[in-house]
Amino acid sequence: MRHYDEETLADLLRTLPAPPHAWVKAAQEIPLARKGLDDIVERARADKAFRDALIADLETALEGAGYDPNPALTEAVRERLSL
Amino acid sequence: MVAHVVETDAQLVARCRAGDDDAWRELVERFSRYVYAISVQAYRLSESDAEDVFQEVFARAYVNLPKLRDDGAIRPWLAQMTRRLCLDTIRASAREASEELPEPAGSDDAIAKLDEALYVHDALATLPDNCQEILDRFFARDESYRNIGEALDLPAGTIASRISRCLVKLKTELEDEGRKPVPAESGG
Repeated sequence: MRHYDEETLADLLRTLPAPPHAWVKAAQEIPLARKGLDDIVERARADKAFRDALIADLETALEGAGYDPNPALTEAVRERLSL
Repeated sequence: MVAHVVETDAQLVARCRAGDDDAWRELVERFSRYVYAISVQAYRLSESDAEDVFQEVFARAYVNLPKLRDDGAIRPWLAQMTRRLCLDTIRASAREASEELPEPAGSDDAIAKLDEALYVHDALATLPDNCQEILDRFFARDESYRNIGEALDLPAGTIASRISRCLVKLKTELEDEGRKPVPAESGG
């Protein structure tokens, strides 16, 4: 068993600073983003007008459908639908 | 004052596999400092590159979690993924600048230290909330006694002694006979 003195503990605690909160929040929201992506892809396959709107102007079409057209989502939609 | 029983990595991963979004949020919280520290300390990436690596690591982890053979091996698995993505980033930058690939000196030692730091951080999570908060604010967030006192509604003059008492509690937790040893990095 390793024995820790206070100085070593302090050094090890300093070694792991927190990343910016926004990064953590974005990573925590990955499941929500994936579910939104699945919904968009499914709808685009079933609804030609929606798919055409995505092709014409992806960001505007996503926003109009109630999604946040952030870069991660728009890139993922492009990739999944081969736009 | 209540101390916490912390879920094991394997238990947390099992909940993530079962589609529990709260478990995923907890997993990101548990390993976010580790992934961040590997990219900025072991590989010295810029904040911008570190952010890209950070998001990519967790995006890949989310997609590939079902393929992880040993739920308890999430930490080394994340470490390997982070290391590979950091190296890809460094290689891409070197290509753009037409430079030789810089050898990331000492990255193994740096990651060994981060593994130990994460082990200490796990032990910290078992301490009462007030100890977690005060140690994290002072050491990891580099806040002054005055700021800590204001945030936690404590007299600034008592902060140093509280930090000292909490460090003793942390030391006791780490020296608990039943505690598992510092983990070594291994493949996932």
